[in-house]
Amino acid sequence: MRADTLVIPQETEALISGCEAIAQACKLADVDVITGYPIRPYDTVMQAIAKLISNGEFDAEYIIAESEHSQFEIVKHASAVGARVFAGSSGVGWFYAMEALAVTAGLRMPVVAIVGNRALDDPGAFGVEHNDALAVRDLGWMLTWVDTAQEALDTALMAWRLAEDRRVLLPIAIGMDGAYLTHSQVLVKVPSQEMVEQFLPPYDRAELQLHPDNPITVAPQVNEDWLIEIRKQSDEAMKRAKSLIPDVYADFHRTFGRGESPWFEEYMMEDAEIALLGQGTIAMPLKVAVRQLRAQGQKVGVVRLKWLRPFPTEELRATLSKVKAVGVIDRDYSFGSPFHAGVLATEMRSALYSLEKRPYVVSFIAGLGGREVTAENVIDMSNMTMKVAASGKADTETHWIGVRG
Amino acid sequence: MSAVTVEVVYRGIFQKNLGQRIGRGIVLAARKEGKIGISFGRYGDSPERNGIPAKQFAIVADDELELQVSMARYEPTVADVTIAVDDTLCKGVESWAWYGTQPINKLLHEGGLLVVTSIHSPDTLLQWVHRQPYEYDIAIVKGPASFSGLWVYKEDHTEVRVLGTLARVAPQLFGLKALEQAIMQEWNDNLKVVSAQKAFDRAVPRRVSTDEGNPAAVEEFEKPKYWEMQDAIVVKGIAVGKGFRGEEGGFQPERNPYFKKYTTRTMRPVVDFDKCVKCTLCWLQCPDSCFDVTPEHLYDANMEACCGCGVCEAVCPVENCITMVTETAFVDNTSQYEMWKQDTQGYQGWLQEKIAAAKTVEHRGHGFHHRGQYADEIAALQKEEDA
Repeated sequence: MRADTLVIPQETEALISGCEAIAQACKLADVDVITGYPIRPYDTVMQAIAKLISNGEFDAEYIIAESEHSQFEIVKHASAVGARVFAGSSGVGWFYAMEALAVTAGLRMPVVAIVGNRALDDPGAFGVEHNDALAVRDLGWMLTWVDTAQEALDTALMAWRLAEDRRVLLPIAIGMDGAYLTHSQVLVKVPSQEMVEQFLPPYDRAELQLHPDNPITVAPQVNEDWLIEIRKQSDEAMKRAKSLIPDVYADFHRTFGRGESPWFEEYMMEDAEIALLGQGTIAMPLKVAVRQLRAQGQKVGVVRLKWLRPFPTEELRATLSKVKAVGVIDRDYSFGSPFHAGVLATEMRSALYSLEKRPYVVSFIAGLGGREVTAENVIDMSNMTMKVAASGKADTETHWIGVRG
Repeated sequence: MSAVTVEVVYRGIFQKNLGQRIGRGIVLAARKEGKIGISFGRYGDSPERNGIPAKQFAIVADDELELQVSMARYEPTVADVTIAVDDTLCKGVESWAWYGTQPINKLLHEGGLLVVTSIHSPDTLLQWVHRQPYEYDIAIVKGPASFSGLWVYKEDHTEVRVLGTLARVAPQLFGLKALEQAIMQEWNDNLKVVSAQKAFDRAVPRRVSTDEGNPAAVEEFEKPKYWEMQDAIVVKGIAVGKGFRGEEGGFQPERNPYFKKYTTRTMRPVVDFDKCVKCTLCWLQCPDSCFDVTPEHLYDANMEACCGCGVCEAVCPVENCITMVTETAFVDNTSQYEMWKQDTQGYQGWLQEKIAAAKTVEHRGHGFHHRGQYADEIAALQKEEDA
């Protein structure tokens, strides 16, 4: 074979935001139906997609719905007839779609959505909090947070492959921190169409597809004799997703050379005595501060959790059983929860509880409403976690970081 | 004593108020004797469909702890008393909330009691009631099925007549005195007390032996495991259909293999095939697609799919071609077309007998039609009793 006939798939580099990276992913995945309804910070995705379509670079049914509820109902139905779909929202917009979000998971529709994380009203605010996306935590949505625009693009491509797998058929919400990720432009490697086609097979709903040639009833009314079996089916699908995610990442890595670790990113964890754990862009100040702490000889590492659903219980237990204490930083709240902790700290306590040698969980709430989590804040949290590790006594207090008072 | 459990089986929507009134009456009357109780509808029956059988339960106990044993269950699996407030329910009960036709006496135990509101004798009803391997009692509350209405309750005293019968034949629940007090508390109506007393005086239970009743086997359903069920809450559609009963010509739609309407209806159409002009209106308008099209383009109402709504009778342009007849006039679900094919003359005799039954023996109406207040009906009932 002559060298000049070899087509080597090429990546191009682009300076784009997290939202623009998602729009690129939609184009590369050849998404069929996209719905939008504007709400900040998600809505830059809408602009980016509209631009791609109007420039003739991308062909999709692009529907601006009259509300988020309709937005998600439309993609649910499009998914039922076999269309690859995408939608997204933020904050209370995501909540307005809640009925549609619940039935999307119940009906096993592989909708891929982004949640541009934003504080819930009231008060009206644009800054990041994770409580919006967390609302679908228990419904059968897979739920992941990304840290960079590159990871947003890559995760979206993996999301369609995973969600549409016949063994899974569950929707995926990708959490993207408002402002930090949605609105900052960074250099992103955009893969070629050929590379994506190698990785992402077409969506085939097979015998579950609504089509005149395949008459089916979708979503009948059932009574108490049937529902628990249907819930168990969703439970099994989520368990299958858990076992498939490493394969999808491995295949993605083979094709694109990125995305080695499926469940969480470990940073300076090799000899760490304590770990600081969080989700999303909080990893940036964590890494910066940990480098400073390491320079002072403190053995601190970072775990950035990617997947909350399915939750990587065994994998986290294996990594965290090596440290004495883990400081869990929630960019969310769960008022009245055990120890008044955030969602992540509560889940971590639950995941680690049955370990014979378990680290202490120190619970922090930080960065609410988009408040900056500074390197100094991180150093404070690290010191508190170190103190608990040294004391050998559990700390059940939830520490609010950076709050005036 | 352990708790006493009563189930009231009624036809959905139109008899819902009646079922609730009987359930409440049982608990209130028992309360007058110092007992406690609970009255509740079978939650899975709701939302109720017109005519689809549904259930109300009443449980009476001596004390809270005994009652709690019953309250801890979603619904009773054994009943001391079963009340059918429509005698066509004696043919069996198939709800959208359970699977297959269940005998009306399914929950009864040996020595239990079946109470039926009917103008027919126990012997007639026992043609339909499934046979049981034990003896139990049956008592009739004389009267037609009370369609008391969904939004307003037309007073026909059926509830107190059932309660009066219970005071006599199920005294472990409550006595007549307690019932009279409860009726005054709940309805403050002396006429209702008199109705209850009359029912008490007239109630005569009759023992049902193990060789009485319909010997037909009861359908059994095994529900699938979660991994056997189609996932994503998808149910395969029913195929369009094929030729008439295995023949090349005609047309017979495929139907739900699980849900049959044998016990849904209180009336059924009888068709005079000699009068049919093949206009297709009954076939087109039937909301349940119950008509099978024969090779010669006649329309045979298939009893597995007919819910007895009467639309076919209403749209048929030929006089006396389709007539709705009370379900109590039939013991089986034989195809009328096949009867007609085999013996046209004999079929005409059968048909006229059924039409006569519709006009003279028992005229049934739909729940939409007001059956009349008690005062209107009592004279007719009295006349019948005297005769």
